[in-house]
Amino acid sequence: MGSKPSPPSTSAKPLYEGADWTFDLVNKAYDAVQEVGVGEMGLDIYPNVIEVITSEQMLDAYASIGLPRMYRHWSFGKHFVRDELHYRKGSRALAYELVINSDPCINYIMEENSMTMHTLVLAHAAMGHNHFFKNNYLFQEWTRADAILDYLDFAKSYVSKCEEVHGEHAVEQVLDSAHALMQQGISRYPGANKTMSLAKERERALARHLYEERSFNDLWRTVPKPAVDEFTEEEEPQQVAGSQVRLPEENLLYFLEKTAPKLADWERELLRIVRNLATYFYPQRQTKVMNEGCATWTHFHIMNRLYDKGLLTEGAMLEFLHSHSSVTMQPAWTDRRYSGINPYALGFAMMRDIERMATEPTSEDKDWFPELAGCGDPIGALKRVWAEFRDDSFILQYLSPKVIRDFRLFGIHDKAKRPHVFVSSIHNEQGYRSVRKALSRQYEVSANDPDVQIIDADLQGARRLVVSHTVRNGVLLERANCERTLYHLARLWGYRVKLIEVDADSGKVLKEHENLRMP
Amino acid sequence: MQIVDRRLNPKSKSLGNRQRFLRRAKAEIKEAVRDAVKNRKVSDIGSGEDIAISTKSLREPTFSLDSKSGSRDFVLPGNNDLVVGDAIPKPPPAGGRGSKGSKDGEGEDEFVFALSRDEFLDLFFEDLRLPNLIKAKLKSLETSQLVRAGFSTDGPPSKLNYVRTMRNSLARRIALSRPSLETLEKIEREIALAEAETPPDEGRIEELRARLARAVQLRKTVGYLDPLDLKFNRHERVPKPTTQAVMFCLMDVSASMTERLKDLAKRFFILLNIFLKRHYREVQVVFIRHTNVAAEVDEETFFTGRETGGTVISTALVEMQRVIDERYPLSDWNIYAAQASDGHNFGDDMEECLAILEGNLLEQCQYFAYIEVGSTDDGPYPPSEVWDGYEDLVGNHENFAMRRVADAGDIYPVFRNLFSEEKTKSG
Repeated sequence: MGSKPSPPSTSAKPLYEGADWTFDLVNKAYDAVQEVGVGEMGLDIYPNVIEVITSEQMLDAYASIGLPRMYRHWSFGKHFVRDELHYRKGSRALAYELVINSDPCINYIMEENSMTMHTLVLAHAAMGHNHFFKNNYLFQEWTRADAILDYLDFAKSYVSKCEEVHGEHAVEQVLDSAHALMQQGISRYPGANKTMSLAKERERALARHLYEERSFNDLWRTVPKPAVDEFTEEEEPQQVAGSQVRLPEENLLYFLEKTAPKLADWERELLRIVRNLATYFYPQRQTKVMNEGCATWTHFHIMNRLYDKGLLTEGAMLEFLHSHSSVTMQPAWTDRRYSGINPYALGFAMMRDIERMATEPTSEDKDWFPELAGCGDPIGALKRVWAEFRDDSFILQYLSPKVIRDFRLFGIHDKAKRPHVFVSSIHNEQGYRSVRKALSRQYEVSANDPDVQIIDADLQGARRLVVSHTVRNGVLLERANCERTLYHLARLWGYRVKLIEVDADSGKVLKEHENLRMP
Repeated sequence: MQIVDRRLNPKSKSLGNRQRFLRRAKAEIKEAVRDAVKNRKVSDIGSGEDIAISTKSLREPTFSLDSKSGSRDFVLPGNNDLVVGDAIPKPPPAGGRGSKGSKDGEGEDEFVFALSRDEFLDLFFEDLRLPNLIKAKLKSLETSQLVRAGFSTDGPPSKLNYVRTMRNSLARRIALSRPSLETLEKIEREIALAEAETPPDEGRIEELRARLARAVQLRKTVGYLDPLDLKFNRHERVPKPTTQAVMFCLMDVSASMTERLKDLAKRFFILLNIFLKRHYREVQVVFIRHTNVAAEVDEETFFTGRETGGTVISTALVEMQRVIDERYPLSDWNIYAAQASDGHNFGDDMEECLAILEGNLLEQCQYFAYIEVGSTDDGPYPPSEVWDGYEDLVGNHENFAMRRVADAGDIYPVFRNLFSEEKTKSG
């Protein structure tokens, strides 16, 4: 560890001794952590709410994609039973914390953790993640922290109301299909989502529902149906078509919600809920390295400061260092434990590197990062980085030769048809830039998600929907998955759906899939 | 900052999700549960289980990229001695860890998770029941059920209904215009302000003081919580009619029953015992074991005791008859019996057995099942004495059934066969 282990000054009394925690101690620890985080570092955070939960509740929250107030669906039950087994058998540990991007920011801590772990979590989540959520431009643009909790409550009660009215099975079918298309439920390009407000969403849905209830009159059912009915039924989709359809459309769920001919209103609302949640999570998917890097660097800094002030005992510091170093460990690719690049490790290393370059630059740093090297204000530099970048741009900008060397990163080129993969670059003068570029590309979410768009929809005649997948570098869709997903798409659309895979460069159609949905 | 203790929240918040999941995968889970019992030890049958099911109905497909097509670039950590241009063989497709972190979800063929004991047994005994569980006379055991019955104005503190109570309290406080603490503080602040003024407005101070005194007085007379507000949850006992049934378990423990055969018989009875306890809380079970003498024993002895001797089956039937006469009057009880033996019996005892069964016992029983352990239907040997002797009963008595069990794997199918719902309907 880089910081000099100066002996703690004897003036201050440690915050706590031993592993046991009490609410008082957590309060005290929070104050001390906040003193460093907000007082010294000047972090800008949402007010914090700390919630103490049991390991079972943690598992539960896990299973519901990190949102404890999620609506009900069998897939969350599936993840729960699997995680529970792994946890019980000891093959996987639980995360120490869970934090929700909301205002106030909700931090979950587990009751069985020691006081040191609680302090660490407060520094990590209540300071680090919280600051990142509030200040990163992606979160500011894509999410509304003040509305998400209300929206989740709304979604949960809406889904359960639907289950009461239409039956669990019917709701499950719509949600299954919507979940299959969740990654295609995001409008990636600027402008599309800036005006979204979850609070307004909720009001809108309630208003829609209330209107339905008010205007419902059972007598209408008994009135003999005139022939006019057929016209109105026919005409409605056309109206929608004329005013709203813009093709191509990358947001499949949005398109279905607006134009699918056969969906009932409540089904459209369910699609909307899934789509809104997909959008809410989109920034998190794009900032894994940065978010964890920010939180890990913050907790490391705060814990060291607390130790320097004499607020942590040596035992607590050792316990902290032990868990910190296991969290930030990066196994090599040949290691049995290797499962991809550890975002905690990479993020923390890069943040430490920025800190180092700001204070103790080498001549190499001066060549690579002239404006950063030796600027003398590491926290200011980090805060700018946390606010203005996402993973791919962050790596492209700040991955330094030193970190590449430390991680011994190397680039691989893989052609699926060949029995070997080839090393394309390593950590040397010629390789730094291409390793950096390849790694940045690896974190570019929009480049790694399949690019699927609706390119044609016949709203009057056969009502066939045509979807295209733009094939980059010859990488096709996985066939079995594609056909199953297509089934879900066809179920929502209600009619025949065709998917063509088109090569991005040549424009040639490489493959076609079709799902026939009998009307 | 605010700390909230959520540990007391209902624990099984995920229960809804779990139930939805179990329902979804029901067919697969059921199959796995039935397989599971073959491999379990006798003593484990009633506990929970890790089971593995296929993921077919649990797929969550999404559009994903095929790693077997096209080309890609990626970055790995931990280069030791590789240089540009080196070739690395790809790992074999099955089981090998791809150079990329594996995508979760698809690909896995089996999905392993743990079922709780209750979930396990529910599925295990699904659609099984005791046949002909109707008797002219229904008599209730001591059962009665607590049923919610509205609210009452008195009761034990543990049944206090907070919502109703506080609602009453709030309504009463509003109606009697009880001043809140804030109101008091507001008046006090006004007094302080008025006193601070120069020159002090004595009249106003006087008036404020009087208001304060009135408010304090009013707070004293109108309590925050009044006995009048209290509402308690009320419960009533409602008697619940139940059918009474008794199951006789008869087991041969003579010397000819080897350990293996006893184990088979015990497995059968354990299954029966769990089934009865689970689905019919009111069913009583009588355990009778016999060699050349028979005795009623308790559950513990029945399943664990050791004893050897000759074989006289009729002694068990006599014992059963005795117990019925003594404790289970026919007018009040449904009587069931399950008998297990290896098919050996002493010399001419078979006639005696048939005489007892035909004479009275079978008529008294709703259902009598005979299990012969250790032999199969198509064995090369002639049928055993008991099987041969009982053969005639099958045609003449609808409530008599017999099956053979050759090994542990057969027990569950035979058990299902004897107690399936279809069976119940047909006869």
